[in-house]
Amino acid sequence: MSVTVPFGAPPLGAVLPGGNRRHFQHGPIDLVVEAFGPGHEVGRAYKQAWARFETVLGELVGELPVLRAPLKARGPALKGATARRMAAACRLHGQVFVTPMAAVAGAVADEVLAALVAGRTLEKAYVNDGGDIALHLTPGAAFDAGMVSLATAPSAAGTIAIDHASPVRGIATSGWRGRSLSRGIADSVTVLARNAAEADVAATLIANAVDADHPRIERVPARELDPDSDLGERAVTVAVGVLPDASVIEALAAGAAAAEAMAADGRIVAAHLVLQGGTRTVGALAAALEDRTRPDRTVSRGAGPDQRRRAWTT
Amino acid sequence: MPDDSALAKGKANDKAKDGGLVTCDACPVLCRIREGRSGACDRYGNVGGALTRLDPFVVTQRVAEKEGDLVAFGKDEWDGAMIKGAPTFITGIGSGTTYPDYKPAPFIVASEYDGVDMVTVVSEGIFSYCGIKVKIDTDRFVGAETAAVRVEGEQVGHVTTAEYGSQMLSLGGVRHLTGGSKKEGTVTCDTMLTLCSGGPMEMTVDGGAKLTVEAGKPPVINGSQEERMRVGCGSATIGIFAKQWHGHADEVIVVDDHITGVLSEHQAGRFLGMEPVGIRVRGRKSTPGRYFQVAEPGTGWGGTDITEPLSIIESINPRNAWPGLRLFMVSTTGEDAAFFVLDDDLKPVPAPMPEPLEVVVARIGENCEPALTTVMFMAGAGGSLRAGVTENPVRLTRSVREALTRVTCGGAPVYVWPGGGITLMVDVTTMPENSFGYVPTPALVAPIEFTLRLDDYAAMGGHMDAVRRVDEVAAAGRLKSVRWHDRAPWPGAPLHGIARGP
Repeated sequence: MSVTVPFGAPPLGAVLPGGNRRHFQHGPIDLVVEAFGPGHEVGRAYKQAWARFETVLGELVGELPVLRAPLKARGPALKGATARRMAAACRLHGQVFVTPMAAVAGAVADEVLAALVAGRTLEKAYVNDGGDIALHLTPGAAFDAGMVSLATAPSAAGTIAIDHASPVRGIATSGWRGRSLSRGIADSVTVLARNAAEADVAATLIANAVDADHPRIERVPARELDPDSDLGERAVTVAVGVLPDASVIEALAAGAAAAEAMAADGRIVAAHLVLQGGTRTVGALAAALEDRTRPDRTVSRGAGPDQRRRAWTT
Repeated sequence: MPDDSALAKGKANDKAKDGGLVTCDACPVLCRIREGRSGACDRYGNVGGALTRLDPFVVTQRVAEKEGDLVAFGKDEWDGAMIKGAPTFITGIGSGTTYPDYKPAPFIVASEYDGVDMVTVVSEGIFSYCGIKVKIDTDRFVGAETAAVRVEGEQVGHVTTAEYGSQMLSLGGVRHLTGGSKKEGTVTCDTMLTLCSGGPMEMTVDGGAKLTVEAGKPPVINGSQEERMRVGCGSATIGIFAKQWHGHADEVIVVDDHITGVLSEHQAGRFLGMEPVGIRVRGRKSTPGRYFQVAEPGTGWGGTDITEPLSIIESINPRNAWPGLRLFMVSTTGEDAAFFVLDDDLKPVPAPMPEPLEVVVARIGENCEPALTTVMFMAGAGGSLRAGVTENPVRLTRSVREALTRVTCGGAPVYVWPGGGITLMVDVTTMPENSFGYVPTPALVAPIEFTLRLDDYAAMGGHMDAVRRVDEVAAAGRLKSVRWHDRAPWPGAPLHGIARGP
C-alpha cells in the first residue's frame, strides 16, 4: 500500500445507494455528484471528476491564509484554479467586506463540475457541495430544483425548473443555522446565479443583510466560536428567538434590498429569502417562485437542531 | 489522524492544547476547535477538551420477531433509528482507518455475549490487495479461459474456469490496480467499487461476449438477459427424467447448447429396455445418445439458436421408425417443448402433448434455478491493519486460523482462506449499503471487524487500554442502525467455548 498523504485521511469516494450518484469526501468537503447520459460517458465523467477532486483540498489549504483575508487590489496572485474562482466571485461585490472563503463551497462545486463535463457528452450533471450546487445542462435537459428552508422540515416549499435556456448554473443557500457562520438572522437565503461560486458568495452576503436589532437575537464575536474564522472579531448570530412581525419584515426588507441590487446588475439571477415563515423573492424568477411558495409563519417555529442542513433536490 | 484511543482513555488530547483549543489532524485543514464546537467538516468536534468523532457509527442490531413481522435486510422500512435493548454490533463502516500509523484501530469495543466478555476491533481497511470473483450463471459462451475482461478498453481482469452451469471471472487484483497504467488502476478500482456497491457493470471479453453484471441480478449476455439456469445438460436431463417419460413417448430429444440428449440411444434409455428408433439428430456424436454442436449458440431452445425444433433432425430411418411413433422434444430449461406423432410418411406432425409429459416439462422448469450474478469480494488483511489490533500482528493471524477470532466485514460473515495471512472472501450482498469506498492509490476501502474473547485478546497482546464498553460508545456517539442479515451468524458471538452459567 503506497498512499502518500502528508497527514490526515485521504480523499474517499463511494457509490451512493441506487448506484448512480457518487460521493466524494475529503476533510470538510462533501460532494454528491451525478451525471446523466450514456453509461460509458458517465463513467468517464466520474473518473475525471475524481481525478480533479483528489487534489482540491490540498491546493486550497496551501493558500488558506490568503483565502481567509479580504481581497486586496494588489494582493498576492492566487495559484489554484478553485481559489481563483473564489476570488473572481467575490470581486463582483467590490468594497463590501468579504473573503474568498465565502465562495469556497460553490467554487469547489464549479471546479469539479468543470472537470466532470470536460470532453464528455452528457445530457446534464450536477455537483452538490453540501447544498451549493453547480449545474451542467444541454438543450432539452432541465433540473427541477426544490427548495426547503433551513428551519423547516425538509419538504419542498417550492420548485423551479432550470433548463438550458436559463442563465442559472449555480444554486447556493446560506443562513445562520448553516455550517458557516452568518452575521445575519435569515433562516435561509437561496440564490440562483451564473455559477455556484457566485451564488455562494451572494447567498452569504444577502443572508448577512437579513438583519434587525432585537434583544432576542444573540451574537458573539466570530473568533469565540472559531479561532481561525475569516470574520475575526465581527459579531455572528448564535440564536434567534421568535421575533415580532415588524422585525421580520424589516430584516427581510434589508435582505431583499441587497438582493435587488445584485439582481439589478446581473450578479445574481434570483433569490429567495426566508425568515420565521416570512419570505421575499427577488429577481427574474420571482413570479415563478411566488406562485409555488406559501408563506406560513407557523412553519419555521420550533425548528430542531437536525433541521439545519441545507437540502435541495434536483 | 484523530487519535481515538485518546478518547478511549477519556483523557484530553494533549496535542496542541491551547486555551481549550484542540487541533484536529483528521485532514489537512487542521481546524483549531473550541470546546463544544465542531470543525469545518462537522465530523470531528472538541468534546470536553478531547477531539471526538461526531459521525454516526453504523451498527447492526439483532431484533426479535415482532408480531410476526421481520424487517427484511436491506429494505427501506429500517429508518436507521436504534432499537433499545437489542444486541448491538458496531461495524467498521465509515469508522475510518489509522493507516499508516501504528496506532490502535479506530474502535475497540467490549461487549457481552451469553455471559462471555467479548471484544470487537473495528476498522476500515485500505485494500490494495483485493479483487472480486464473479460467478455468472449461464452456459452461454462468455469467453475463453484467461481471455481479458475489459472496461473502457482497460483490462480489469480475466475469464477463469467454467463451473457447472456458471462462468467465472476474476476481476481487480493488485496488478491491475497499481501494476499497470494510472488509467488501468482507476478503471479497475471503479469497476470493483461499482460491483461491490451493488451497481451494474458493463464489460467486454476479448474474443467473447459483452456482459452486464450486477450482484444478485440475472446477467445480461450480448444484450439478452439470462433467466434460468438449465437443469443440467441434455444428457443429464435424460438421466434425471428418463423414467418419468417412459411409456409416454417413444423418443425424447433434449435440446441443449452443450450436449443434446437422445433417449432411445442413451444409456438411460437402454436401461429401460428402449431400442434406437432411427431418428438421427445433427451435430457430432460424443457417446451413444449424446451429441455436441447440434446448432449454434443463441437465444432459442436450450441456449441454441434453434427456434424450430424439427430443424435439428437430420434424418428418420424407415428401417427403425414407424407410423404413429411418439416424439417428444424439450429444452434443458423446460422453457420450450413440443410433441409430434409420425404420420404414414414418417413425417413428424404436431400433436397435443400428453399430460404426463406436460408434468415433466413443468418439473424441468421447477428444477432450474434463477440465473444470477454473484460477486465475492476477496482481500488480504495485512500490514498495519493487524497492528491496529495487536502489538504482535502474527498473533492475530494465528488467532484467526485457530478459529479463536471471528472476522466479519460490516458484520457479514466471511470465509478466511487456510494458509498464511488473513485472506478473506465475502458475498457483497450480505454487507450493508455503502460499505465500500475508494482512495487515490487506487485501492478499495472496506469495513473489517475482528471479534474474540476478551481474555484471548489480552493474551495476544491486544491494545487493552483502548478498549471501551459498547454501551459507552453507543451513548457517546450518534448511531445509525442497519438491519443485521438474518441468515448470518451473530457477528458478536464467540467462535468457541461459550460458557453457560456460573
